Amino acid sequence: MSLCSSYKPNYFSIDDILATEERLSCKVLQKVPRLGFMDHSSESKDLKPGTKLELSFWLAYSMNKSKDPIASIDIPKYYKESYREILNADACAIELSKWNTYFYEFGLHVAKFDHPDCEKLPELLLKTFKSRFRLVMDWAQNQDTNPMIASQLPMLERTIFLSGRKSKEQLVYWFKIGGGGIKTTELIANHKKRKRSTFIENER
Amino acid sequence: MFGRRGVELVKELDQSLDSIPPFNEELITEILEEMQRLYNENRIDVNTRPDDHETYLSIKVRHAVLKRDKRCILAYLYNRLRRIRQMRWEFGSILPPEITVSLSKPEVQWFDSYSKCLATYMKSIGDNHGLNLTSDLAPPKSLFIEVKCIADYGKFEFGDGESVQLKKNTYHLLPRSECEQLVRQDGCVLLSPRSLTVNCKRHCERKDQETKRESLSACRSL
Repeated sequence: MSLCSSYKPNYFSIDDILATEERLSCKVLQKVPRLGFMDHSSESKDLKPGTKLELSFWLAYSMNKSKDPIASIDIPKYYKESYREILNADACAIELSKWNTYFYEFGLHVAKFDHPDCEKLPELLLKTFKSRFRLVMDWAQNQDTNPMIASQLPMLERTIFLSGRKSKEQLVYWFKIGGGGIKTTELIANHKKRKRSTFIENER
Repeated sequence: MFGRRGVELVKELDQSLDSIPPFNEELITEILEEMQRLYNENRIDVNTRPDDHETYLSIKVRHAVLKRDKRCILAYLYNRLRRIRQMRWEFGSILPPEITVSLSKPEVQWFDSYSKCLATYMKSIGDNHGLNLTSDLAPPKSLFIEVKCIADYGKFEFGDGESVQLKKNTYHLLPRSECEQLVRQDGCVLLSPRSLTVNCKRHCERKDQETKRESLSACRSL
């Protein structure tokens, strides 16, 4: 087990915690006493070798990464050879968030495993990102884009899209009106909105 | 299943990015209980079967869950504190009651002491006069701004004792330093910097005309 695991971007990152929660299919290799409840289908007290489990990445990783692994893992199909061809053909045509909301982040985590498909994974992610980046930027720059498109993007691209959109809005505001204005801060505006909606609900 | 609750906790924060969800004490207690249980099981295993290889494996798994639970709880608390700190800068030193009910007692205490810290610091800078760091976050371009009331505010008093009635849908030209907080926090006032410049010009022209008229009448009286 790797004792020194570094956390990216930091230990408290919500996105990283959610990305490492994504599931992998694992196969138990050794008998683990008194943890039989991890497999819902069996009633035995111990976890038996050969049991197939769907485990979150963080657990799968610590069970797999050691000199003497407890479980073997199988990487998700969308990081495998057949899906790689789809990505190579046209990455822009795919709704990546349907594959995984944390496609890039999770991919980087998966790449840490010793699996034949993992070696090429970082390269694949980079290539996918490069070919999709122009598209995302176009969307962010174009004001006619439907903002709902953000929900179809994986997390990394969504963040880029939203901040790109925001800076575009700020630029337009600056062109039209200039700087030096005071605005109600977003936090407070949202707070007011929410208060108003609960108020209306109560009225009903 | 192991560690499921920790993620629930973090997801709760993720789903409400622009506000603060009520402090989920129940879930935290559940996670802490799980951690305590795992720790006890590990301790018993270590004490009773120290040389057993298989026991070592279960300890390893439990330890991973322990670490995960710890990370989730800490991330939850830390990210909440960051939001509370942000609120100090946006809402000011007094939080609206809807928000205070979502905070836990230690969080309220933390907010108070952070507030105090910030106030002490702001008092200590600015050549003995103190400097309000929460105002003028963007460099001001003019001393006066034109604002439109979007709600009935009532009497608004300036620092020098003068006051103005702020009624809904009325326009005012006010000193920027006085009403910045009003715009930023109460949301009851809007401004449009462009109309400000136009109106300022008009204002100056009118002043010019007035002075002209005055000088004219002065001439006549002579």
